[in-house]
Amino acid sequence: MSLATVIASINTLFISVVSHAAGGSFMPPQGTKVAEKVDSLYRFLAGASVISCILVFASMCIFAYQYRRRPGVKSAYISHNTLAEFLWSFIPFCIFMVAFAWGWYVYHDLRTMPKNAFEVHVHGQKWNWTFEYKSGRKSAGELYVPVNTPVRMIMDSADVIHSFYIPAFRTKQDVVPGRYSNIWFDIEKPGNYQVFCAEYCGQGHSAMLAKIHALPKDKFDEWLQNDPYKGLTPVQVGEAVFKARCTACHNATAEKKVGPGLQGVFGHQVDLEGGDKVTADENYIRESILYPAAKIVKGFPNAMTPFLGQLGEQELSGVIEYIKSLQ
Amino acid sequence: MSTANSHSHNSNLAHHFKSLDQQFDAAKLGVWLFLATEILMFGGLFVGYIIFHGLYPEMFAEGAKHLDWRLGATNTLVLLLSSFTMASGVQYAQTNQKKKCVTALVITFLCGCAFLLIKYFEYSHKIHDGLLPGKFFSNHEAEHANLAMYFSFYFCMTGLHASHVIAGMCLIAWVAVRASKGQFNSEFYTPVEGVGLFWHLVDLIWIYLFPLLYLVG
Amino acid sequence: MATAQVVSEKNYLNESKGLWSWLTTLDHKRIGLLYMVAVLTFFLLGGLFAMLLRVELFAPGKTIMDASQYNQVMTLHGTIMVFMVIIPGIPAFLGNFILPLHIGAKDVAFPRINLLSWYCLITGASIAFFSLFKNGVDTGWTFYTPYSIQTSNGTTFVVLGAFVMGFSSILTGLNFIVTIHTLRAPGMSFWRLPLFVWALYSTAVIQVLATPILAITLLLIAAERLLGIGIFDPKLGGDPVLFEHFFWFYSHPAVYIMILPAMGVVSELITAFSHKTIFGYKAIAMSSIGIAAVSFFVWGHHLFVAGQSEVAGIVFSFITMLVGVPTAIKTFNWIATLYKGSIQFQSPMLFALGFLFLFTIGGVTGIILATIGVDVHFHDTYFVVAHFHYVMVGGTLMAIMGGIYYWFPKIFGRMYNEFWARVTFVLIFVGFNVTFYPQFVLGSMGMPRRYYDYLPEYTSLNRISSVGAWTIGTGFLIALFVIIHGLLKGKKAEMNPWGAKTLEWTTSSPPPHENFINEPIVTAGPYEYR
Repeated sequence: MSLATVIASINTLFISVVSHAAGGSFMPPQGTKVAEKVDSLYRFLAGASVISCILVFASMCIFAYQYRRRPGVKSAYISHNTLAEFLWSFIPFCIFMVAFAWGWYVYHDLRTMPKNAFEVHVHGQKWNWTFEYKSGRKSAGELYVPVNTPVRMIMDSADVIHSFYIPAFRTKQDVVPGRYSNIWFDIEKPGNYQVFCAEYCGQGHSAMLAKIHALPKDKFDEWLQNDPYKGLTPVQVGEAVFKARCTACHNATAEKKVGPGLQGVFGHQVDLEGGDKVTADENYIRESILYPAAKIVKGFPNAMTPFLGQLGEQELSGVIEYIKSLQ
Repeated sequence: MSTANSHSHNSNLAHHFKSLDQQFDAAKLGVWLFLATEILMFGGLFVGYIIFHGLYPEMFAEGAKHLDWRLGATNTLVLLLSSFTMASGVQYAQTNQKKKCVTALVITFLCGCAFLLIKYFEYSHKIHDGLLPGKFFSNHEAEHANLAMYFSFYFCMTGLHASHVIAGMCLIAWVAVRASKGQFNSEFYTPVEGVGLFWHLVDLIWIYLFPLLYLVG
Repeated sequence: MATAQVVSEKNYLNESKGLWSWLTTLDHKRIGLLYMVAVLTFFLLGGLFAMLLRVELFAPGKTIMDASQYNQVMTLHGTIMVFMVIIPGIPAFLGNFILPLHIGAKDVAFPRINLLSWYCLITGASIAFFSLFKNGVDTGWTFYTPYSIQTSNGTTFVVLGAFVMGFSSILTGLNFIVTIHTLRAPGMSFWRLPLFVWALYSTAVIQVLATPILAITLLLIAAERLLGIGIFDPKLGGDPVLFEHFFWFYSHPAVYIMILPAMGVVSELITAFSHKTIFGYKAIAMSSIGIAAVSFFVWGHHLFVAGQSEVAGIVFSFITMLVGVPTAIKTFNWIATLYKGSIQFQSPMLFALGFLFLFTIGGVTGIILATIGVDVHFHDTYFVVAHFHYVMVGGTLMAIMGGIYYWFPKIFGRMYNEFWARVTFVLIFVGFNVTFYPQFVLGSMGMPRRYYDYLPEYTSLNRISSVGAWTIGTGFLIALFVIIHGLLKGKKAEMNPWGAKTLEWTTSSPPPHENFINEPIVTAGPYEYR
């Protein structure tokens, strides 16, 4: 008796949580039309799951209670029942086929790239995302796109497999080195949307984030024409680049992260692997950014991806000036 | 262990079997299953070969030119001969012909040696020319930018095969010694049979490797 | 000494003494216990790492370790639990002990190979742990290229260790197939085999046919690291997605290596404690074979977002749906077995009912993930983590616990403390749901897996999950004490304490060296509760 009530109350709790989930309320806000389609499919699946779980748990609890051992009562001898067994394999099969067909339909929408889309190149590397627009404008960690326009991303990776994941759009795609992969979306409302890296890529995996800023068409065009560093001093340019590209591994304080903390490094001696020493001047820092494997600081892994070709000359000298300013 | 032979009238019958027939069936099924795993393991390499052959056919053509098909063909004949002597070895064991059985097994073993010797000459020639797998590749006349990958396949496939040849030769030596002690007869020849099946598989894999590496291109 | 012993007191535990007699034993029962010791040790280690992970995830940012330590602990937890605990867990430990008893045999077909397979496991595990002295390993248990080619040197040791452990799995499977084919007692036809044996048979087929692919894949990773062969390295013209195909061609069937034997154990428990013949014997037996067969053609669902073609994704989604059908048959047949039974609720049965509860949730969420349009969102999030823990822990580990308690009297000839065994069930069952249910929610919210750090909005659910994990940990620690206490102090067990009908209960507890004094002759099916 007591066992059955315990199990039954766990059931009730569970079912209430599941139906909450089935309402889709745990999913992030929908950013696209496709996300709405994914959610209605998910509602169907969650609903069917809850109903079948209730069926299983309820019959299990009822039978367990009803047929608990009682003195003098023997069990029945029932070897099988072909009709029942056929039914409880055929009915699930039909539900699975509905799920499959519906999933196929939604997947087709997710994977069919729109024609005449606005295209952005995405580069993944340990551990940040950079975006390159056809106007020549680049941005790091922040993707600006127009609303109500199909956007197609052409993605590549400089090192290992990453995965570009936007929960609000219910879509993700692995970014595999050595080939291009694609993802598309058409955002309905202006706003900010979170991007994650969803394929494990090492120490900075969980810091490999980005934000999508969806702007109205006119504001976006304005942004596209802007010089991002207009009116900034080199140190301010460097700080902006540093915050977008370097903080996954480096602190602006002396505290070490994946790589060394950079406060007070400039102008001082650095101990290298293998016992050498070097004074951190502009050329050393430039080399460490562009060819990080050339000199490894003692006690740190050779984990940094080369930034050769990733930064413009203005950005590079800005970062060096910024590191100089961290005293 | 102490009770291992207590129920049996034959010292070759392990305690948990009822008859030599049952023991033989079990051993044979076990060997066949093991051969299946071997084929699947090489299967992985063959799948990789097919995929990259489709991607870079010129690379495989150029790589095959660096191999001497005459040496490969000789090795194929050597292994075919050894399969024949192995099969006769099994048959002699079944028919209680101890001397002939040992001779056949020794010839098989020597064929294995010959195979490895020829492989040794082939390998040292490749090493001399810098035709090595992956990052050790140092041949400057290579036309295809990725020729190193061909030799990765070449050395992985033939290397894994050669390790099987060596394992097979150890097993042959073991059954040859047992045969010379007269431990096999028409009632009990399971080890010879099992080793024979393994050796045929080693031969069979080479029969696929030879055309794929030396001739296709 | 020897003369003082009464002959009938002799059993496999006391027929010879000393550590050496155990390390060189050829008795399947003793080898089963060797596996038990190894698997439980690895399980404690893997569990300890899980606890550390949950402490780290108690709050965002750094809690007790930094990102690289976290990744190593995460990798160790996965590698240990998959290769050293769940894969050998039921087949090599319980299966080794029970299979020959179930079919009325004196031993498995190849006792020496059986012992060799245990040494393969130990050697492989030692090689893998050696990586800890080589900067550790932080690839996750999936070893995806090119990351695994570029990262620390320890990776080479772990892949070679897993390669050697693969042989353990292959040899066990091979041994079981041959044993089932050739060593059944007179009258033990295939349709009279206990369902646990059917499950072990299907598992063995997968072990033999899938593990070699893992072996060659791991060798190629090692060659990639040592020689730079370039097959999986895009910088050298290779293809990392090919690695994913190779890896999952083994590793998806491998999840059925983990769950099929658990289904077998549960079939035994439910029929024994309902004291009623199993409902739909043939359907359950054939569904095991069906799952094993289909399992080879579903690996592509791990690559839904990896860049395989749309057609491939759809085909794999379809085939994955098909696995649901035999699984549904099993579940409903177990429920139908309860109907009109005479059910007792000792701890093994509690674990079996717990299995039904958790495995059903694991199963329906599996269907959700098989639906390709929804999987694109859930792929590589905590939803997946929750799903496979519901199947692997809620399914397999619940079955292992139920199986240990069920066969405890047979294995050790003693009873354990029933009250504390029930306490472990409650702690593990409740703790499990508290740990992993919130992870479904975290996954729907979009939290990716293998994250050292997370956004602040995920904090409260992660806290709940951590508290649940410590509850499970407490439950397993108590279970360990229940086992040790029963082993040392438990009261003597009868030959058949549960009134079950399969053959192992017709011999003494613990069984003699060759299992049965007189060879059993089978005249009826395994579950004749009339």
